Amino acid sequence: MHSYARPSALEDALRLINSGGQRLLAGGTDMYPGSGSQLAGNLVDLTGVAALRGISLGAGLRIGGCSTWTDIANADLPGALTALQMAARAVGGRQVQNVGTLAGNLCNASPAADGVPPLLVCDAVVNLASVRGQRQVTLADFITGPRQTVLAADEVLVAVDIPASGLLGRSVFLKLGARAYLVISIAMVAVRLVTDGNRVGEISVAVGACSGVAQRLPDVERALIGAELRHAAGLVRAADVMASLKPIADVRSSAEYRAEAATELVARAVAQVAA
Amino acid sequence: MISFTLNGAPVSTDAPPAERLSQALRERLGLRGTKVGCDAGDCGICTVLVDGESVCACLVPVARVSACNVQTIEAVTPDLTRLRAAFLRHGAAQCGICTPGMLMAAAELLARVAQPDEGQVNAALSGVLCRCTGYRKIIAAVMDAHSDAVATLPSLGPMVGQSLPRKDGASKVAGDSFGADHVPDGALMVVAVRSPHAHASFAFGDLHAFAARAGVAGVFTAGDIPGRNAFGVIPAFADQPAIASDTARFRGECVAIVAFKAGLEPDFDKFPVHWTVLPTLHSPAQAEAPGAALIHPFRSGNKLIEGRVRKGDAANALAGSAHVVSGRMTTAYVEHAYLEPEAGAAWMDGNILVIRACTQAPVMDRDETALILGLPTSRVRIIPSAVGGGFGSKLDISLQPLIGLVTLKTGQPCRMVYSRAESMASTTKRHPAEMQGQIGCDAGGRITGLQFEGRFNTGAYSSWGPTVANRVPVHVSGPYFTPAILATARAVHTHGPVSGAFRGFGVPQAALWQETLFDQLADKAGIDRLEFRILNALRDGDLSATGQTMRAAGIHECLTALQPHWKRALADVSHKGPFRRGVGVASCWYGCGNTALPNPSTIRIGVTPQGRLVLHQGAIDIGQGSDTVITQIAADALGVSVAAFALLGPDTAITPDAGKTSASRQTFVSGRAAQAAGTSLREAILRMANAGAGAVIGFADGKVLVTERGICHVLTLDQMPPNAHGYALMIEETYDPPTTPLNSDGQGDPYAVYGFGAQMVELEVDTKLGTTRLIKITAAHDLGRAINPQLAEGQIEGGIAMGIGMALMEEYIPGRTDNLHDYLIPTIGDVPPIESLLIEVPDPNGPFGAKGLGEHVLIPTAPAILNAIRHATGAVVTQLPALPHRVLAAIKAARDG
Repeated sequence: MHSYARPSALEDALRLINSGGQRLLAGGTDMYPGSGSQLAGNLVDLTGVAALRGISLGAGLRIGGCSTWTDIANADLPGALTALQMAARAVGGRQVQNVGTLAGNLCNASPAADGVPPLLVCDAVVNLASVRGQRQVTLADFITGPRQTVLAADEVLVAVDIPASGLLGRSVFLKLGARAYLVISIAMVAVRLVTDGNRVGEISVAVGACSGVAQRLPDVERALIGAELRHAAGLVRAADVMASLKPIADVRSSAEYRAEAATELVARAVAQVAA
Repeated sequence: MISFTLNGAPVSTDAPPAERLSQALRERLGLRGTKVGCDAGDCGICTVLVDGESVCACLVPVARVSACNVQTIEAVTPDLTRLRAAFLRHGAAQCGICTPGMLMAAAELLARVAQPDEGQVNAALSGVLCRCTGYRKIIAAVMDAHSDAVATLPSLGPMVGQSLPRKDGASKVAGDSFGADHVPDGALMVVAVRSPHAHASFAFGDLHAFAARAGVAGVFTAGDIPGRNAFGVIPAFADQPAIASDTARFRGECVAIVAFKAGLEPDFDKFPVHWTVLPTLHSPAQAEAPGAALIHPFRSGNKLIEGRVRKGDAANALAGSAHVVSGRMTTAYVEHAYLEPEAGAAWMDGNILVIRACTQAPVMDRDETALILGLPTSRVRIIPSAVGGGFGSKLDISLQPLIGLVTLKTGQPCRMVYSRAESMASTTKRHPAEMQGQIGCDAGGRITGLQFEGRFNTGAYSSWGPTVANRVPVHVSGPYFTPAILATARAVHTHGPVSGAFRGFGVPQAALWQETLFDQLADKAGIDRLEFRILNALRDGDLSATGQTMRAAGIHECLTALQPHWKRALADVSHKGPFRRGVGVASCWYGCGNTALPNPSTIRIGVTPQGRLVLHQGAIDIGQGSDTVITQIAADALGVSVAAFALLGPDTAITPDAGKTSASRQTFVSGRAAQAAGTSLREAILRMANAGAGAVIGFADGKVLVTERGICHVLTLDQMPPNAHGYALMIEETYDPPTTPLNSDGQGDPYAVYGFGAQMVELEVDTKLGTTRLIKITAAHDLGRAINPQLAEGQIEGGIAMGIGMALMEEYIPGRTDNLHDYLIPTIGDVPPIESLLIEVPDPNGPFGAKGLGEHVLIPTAPAILNAIRHATGAVVTQLPALPHRVLAAIKAARDG
């Protein structure tokens, strides 16, 4: 049998899923494709939980899990999240941006999830809740493989937290695909930069769609710290980029091309954010 | 119960809460203006507004809109009214299947931004795909929607040459009634069981037990087919079973159908079929390898057919040429990707089986369905629905025999709606081509000879493979004088999808090979690439490759029309860092109608005793505009306004056969028949009124008024005995283009009319990423006479968009890209501004001089793009689509080579 519940309180949602055998539904943009005339299973639709939606700035920044891409794109956010806002405008078309949620994007854990690289460069932490309590997991630890996360069956991703340190600086996001809109990335890059005078103070670089899970590129970051801004892009080396990636060949691209494009995109993103 | 406000009124539904909103709107609340194209959020044609925000109704659980305000295309709001008028004014709707989604997405935008700019329109509409228009007129319409102008029909003066709004435009902007939108009371649902394997034998388990499941009305297999279980658009080659009997020869082939009561869909995972996977021939090379198993035992070497054209001694001509280039070109399976998956309904009307479905060829549907079902054609009636894009694939039957069988066997009405994946897997594709050969010229740059060999993957069954194999050698010279030619094209069976008709029937592939080699040859000869084409353009009196004397050959005019644009574009070329700009040009020619075969159209015009003027317009309007164009032609021939005509459509029970909508033949062939019918009716009326040629004809209540020099003659219709069709006056005219058969060397006059064109592409290549950004396309097309210039531009823009897709992104891989997010077609951001130059070199055979246009417009785009990429970077791309990784590899090869 199918069932459907759309609680308005988080506690009710958590109690429902604690009974087991439930499917969590957020925006639905990844769950409806492939289903029949209706979505099967015992569904708990989280979009009625007001507490899961919204963006608030305190010591850090909290983005409710059921905030939509349109919410994120329209919000007044610090420059460190410009990359996330650029990604928000590149997820599907406006119809998908209006209902698709950040939590859904992270929990679906596609290798090409647009939300992941911009959050990795901000050291995002995800907040998971269950009737057992809450826990925090870094985004890097949350997604463990293609379509795999540490989310337990009784847990909800309630919010994404960006620590104050992750809100420093400015960021950009570049997405590469074979058409202008509605495209699954061949590769994508997010870079966040904190300047120190005319030099790179801190820099975080992440690449998506070039490995099973989007990756930070620590070798690239190390090579750029302290560099003069105008020279930074020139210090991006293919070997440093590839140290963290394992691109595959698919219908969109060859593996060799992905590697080369990732390096070029990282260099361009660094140049843009440093400009 | 789920309650919400729908278009201003409260509604409730007992739909399951997680049912798709699109399903609930269409099937429970009866609002079928919202269309479904993919059920995956990839196409956006189901866009509705929920509390003012656009959403894909296919991705939203209906329960989520409880207490919300939902607006669909059925809504009447000031913004929607202005948008609808703007869409009609600008010709922004063609087939109309995406129009509801486009209008709703635009309505959301206008609520935020009253006068949006192009960037805002692109971003707001980027979630809706359109396969017909090329988007440019949609962008223009939305930007102009703030105006209160309305499109008007002139009541006086010549109709031909005017950009009249579509006759069917009001339906298109209201949410037209397509194949899935008519539901007979109590209709059973029909679902096909399809092969998941490219080649497999199969056996069924207990079908009776499955048929006994709750709600199941019947299970039908090949053994249930009462007639001949073999179809094919060309009768001599009919080889495709409606339902495979024991072996599936391609992935997606139908092996059984199940009819069930709506809402009681059985679990198809439990369907009792057992597959034995058999060795698969994936490519023509495998299929032609010595000892390869035969896909059809009666076709040796897996060869369906080979077409050939031979004129002069090409080998000798090439040997004596000052310059010779040789090259290869490989293209992919290309999917039509119309946004309407196949759909239709069937019911009995007395002992007549009625089938209402999307189609490009109703009479062919009737005849093939009758053969399969063992009925005389008089017992099958085809009522075409509005067609949500065709582009060639809806020439072949798909679900017609399946729903016909269910209704015939059960006596009950039924309906069937293909899923996106099913549509993509089971229907025809553009032939993948492997082409090679040489072209030579003399020291002055004049073409001397051409040798060509093409191998076309025709897939599991014949479909239009013979047509492609015959058209390619005829057209592979391009519209250039080629004294000596040897060209062959063979169609080879594989276990791939069935290759059939797709806008251009193989000519776009051949033009890619020829036009890209022309650039290399022009370079060798040291001649500007456009001038090289002008030098070699076919002129009146020249002999074509088939030895036909050319008349009204407008290619020279098209190419010279591009000259000022070419000079400007070359001067504009500049390079910035890794971004290199390039300019490319390519031409097309295309014979209109069947190749060297009869191809008649019949048009009937009647006047009822009440004075109603009725045009039986049997040419299927799949968006290209034949309802409007044919009416304009008939109107001028008769001497009345288009507004005077009531149209009756291509229902096989009421309208004579105007042939299939294919081969760019409707404006020409059906247009000629309409011209003849209008002229004959005019002559008959003038004769009856004893009036002279200049008299003005009008229709009033029960009368025909013939006015001449201020004197009005009245013909009283109700005193004339109505004929068997109920008409007081009636004329029927048939036109069949004069062609001659081709001999064994492909020599003859295969077409009565050719259309010509040339396109120039300006683009920029990112040489570090291999990506291509189109800047502008300038398209000069000789269409003889522009019956409706706005519709002609719509064809050009739409064909170019399809050419862009073929060039840069489209590749169908069975089982891997059967959805619209892995199979990419151009979005609103992928089609650059297009400048259309309508060239009119009238053809003596065309109605008012008109030639066909619909396929021509696709042919030059892809080669012009490749030529511009080469101009920008030196990269020679020989495999389509030119995905970024292929372009980058070609750039490196050029740099290193």
